[in-house]
Amino acid sequence: MAVTDQAPPTPAPAPGPVPAHALTRPAEPRTPPPRVKRRPSELTRADLFTAGASAISALAGTWVVFARLTDGVGWFGFVVVAYLVFLVTFALVTTDRLGRLAGTDRVATVAVTSGALVLMVPLLWLVGYVVVKGLPALRLSFFTNDLSGIGATAKSTDGGGSHAIVGTLQQVGLALVFTVPLALACAVFLNETRSRFRRPVRIFVDAMSGLPSVVAGLFVFAVLIIPHADKQVLGWEVFGYNGLMASLALAMVMVPTVTRTVDVVLRLVPDGLRESGLALGASRAKVVWSVVLPTARSGITTAVVLGIARAVGETAPLLFTAFGLDLMNANPFDGPQDSLPLFVYKNVQKPAQASIDRGFAGALVLMVLVLVLFTIARIVGRDRSANARPSTVARLAGRIRSSRRRATDRSPSADRPLPTVRQEASRP
Amino acid sequence: MTETTPPDTLTIDPVLDLTRAALAAGREPVATPASEGPPEISGGPTGGAASVEARDASAWFGDRLVLEGVDLLMPAGEVTALIGPSGCGKSTFLRLLNRMHELVPSASLGGEVLLDGEDIYRPGIRAQEVRLRVGMVFQKPNPFPALSIRDNVLAGLKLARLKCRDHDGLVEWALRRASLWNEVRDRLDAPGGALSGGQQQRLCIARALAVQPNVLLMDEPCSALDPTSTRRVEDTIAELRHQVTVVIVTHNMQQAHRVSDRCAFFLAQENQPGYVVEQGATTKMFDAPDDQRTLDYVQGRFG
Repeated sequence: MAVTDQAPPTPAPAPGPVPAHALTRPAEPRTPPPRVKRRPSELTRADLFTAGASAISALAGTWVVFARLTDGVGWFGFVVVAYLVFLVTFALVTTDRLGRLAGTDRVATVAVTSGALVLMVPLLWLVGYVVVKGLPALRLSFFTNDLSGIGATAKSTDGGGSHAIVGTLQQVGLALVFTVPLALACAVFLNETRSRFRRPVRIFVDAMSGLPSVVAGLFVFAVLIIPHADKQVLGWEVFGYNGLMASLALAMVMVPTVTRTVDVVLRLVPDGLRESGLALGASRAKVVWSVVLPTARSGITTAVVLGIARAVGETAPLLFTAFGLDLMNANPFDGPQDSLPLFVYKNVQKPAQASIDRGFAGALVLMVLVLVLFTIARIVGRDRSANARPSTVARLAGRIRSSRRRATDRSPSADRPLPTVRQEASRP
Repeated sequence: MTETTPPDTLTIDPVLDLTRAALAAGREPVATPASEGPPEISGGPTGGAASVEARDASAWFGDRLVLEGVDLLMPAGEVTALIGPSGCGKSTFLRLLNRMHELVPSASLGGEVLLDGEDIYRPGIRAQEVRLRVGMVFQKPNPFPALSIRDNVLAGLKLARLKCRDHDGLVEWALRRASLWNEVRDRLDAPGGALSGGQQQRLCIARALAVQPNVLLMDEPCSALDPTSTRRVEDTIAELRHQVTVVIVTHNMQQAHRVSDRCAFFLAQENQPGYVVEQGATTKMFDAPDDQRTLDYVQGRFG
């Protein structure tokens, strides 16, 4: 290694004037492996103590004021006042301990963190509420039965929502078939061409994304269903109340959302890639198809997922397009169909408690369905380039695997090599 | 560690030694003997290196004239270096040579650019044909991140709809040309973005070479690379000489001296269009230029 030219010419250390150079000293014995990892912590024990003490004193002070000295206040007022007192106490103590700069920093940290926690509350509450209310009525039969023969006196576990699940999947699937090519074409037009009409089209798309979904349903109802309801194709009333009409209304809601997102994603593709494609002698269309879209694939998938998320929970446009039905109708081109949001809407309004429970079960299934679709889209659209962060699934898998390895490593027979997270993520 | 090293060996500069070792290890036998030509491509450029000549070439962005009256001959099979300070129109000139200039919406141009005697801006010729014959390597390595190393090399074929029966042979040939083959031969299916910066740039060179262009334009190809990778790229340029005409923009005087046969010195006064001060054989430009400004620039007295 770099052992300096200042070393003395003879191996024996020269006495007297030659300074003992740090590097010529014998190396200190090093700690043997395994090495201990450590991260310098921002939070010291004193910080935690300060925060805890401030919280306790704030609670105590507020309690004294409201419970002893005055007539009291509601729980919400108590929490707000206690929190404000805590913030002020904490600010004063930290400023006194660490100075103004550090004090401001800590108080901002506490305020931002508590804001995030407060935001989590309604979300967890919502999810928890639906799970608690929906789970009792949810049996495996919910996925196999429809509501045929279910009267007001039936138990909540009787019958099911299979017809609604099938309807939702078919309608959203059909809507995707209409949406994805349209939205991709529109986003490519906005980004990759130099047309003069880009600006008006972009404004139009923006305006469309604010379109109330009930208007989309009304439009399909007025323009297609009312004038053409009696026309038949292949013996099906294609323009009557059916899943196809519902999917058209949903597509009207989805196209602006997906277009806007794909537009943003395409803008993120570096111009250098387009230029190098063109410099290889490709046409613009070919560059878009073979370079830009594949590069943006993961973002485009996200856009489609956002579109699905937007459409899958829509109720209003389905009211007068799919219309709703309590029986299984697996043909989206003929006859009314149910869907999960409609199922929830109708059942929760009914007087019988069993119906209400069934509605909540439908809401729970809808949420799980969205989660499943998200996961599938994430896996399909995973960024496979090397610099990409491993996906959550891959990271979790890797973590589980490495913890298992740690467990097996202790046993002497564990010499089987295990793939790492990174390899897992980059596997095509 | 240190105590075991006898003191009399300490005089060797270890850093320099490491660099030498790295350079020696990095240099790979440059592959294809002259007899073994590239696999045949149908539909691509033919005819080996082509000469490029700019006649009174000018370029505007909007109403701003950025390059004025450049007359420059880049002979077939030679390496021409374009040198000069930043903002004097070297890159703009380079992009005039394969019609990339017109991709900028406000850009316009004047004069002629002759590729083997034919104007690439004449009516009836498509920009794509020109770009197929005149390849380009950019300043920043930009392999297609969604594609594997193999597909990156073959991207030109796919994008320009060329046919080649021997894909594997072409990949190997192009990667060997770019002296990248030995490093990636075992992981051709890995994504192109997984390579180091220097490897990515050589992958881009391989990608440009795979369509077998007549001319290769390089816009500061080594500005983002370390000395070892730079040396590899320069070796590649030396290998390419005589098979393809190379035009390289560089801010590195030593590099221009090392790799080029001819040089052109660009200069622009503040807010004035750039122009060519002097051009000629590299040896003359560096040893005895006619213009004092050229001498000052190549000797590092300004710029």
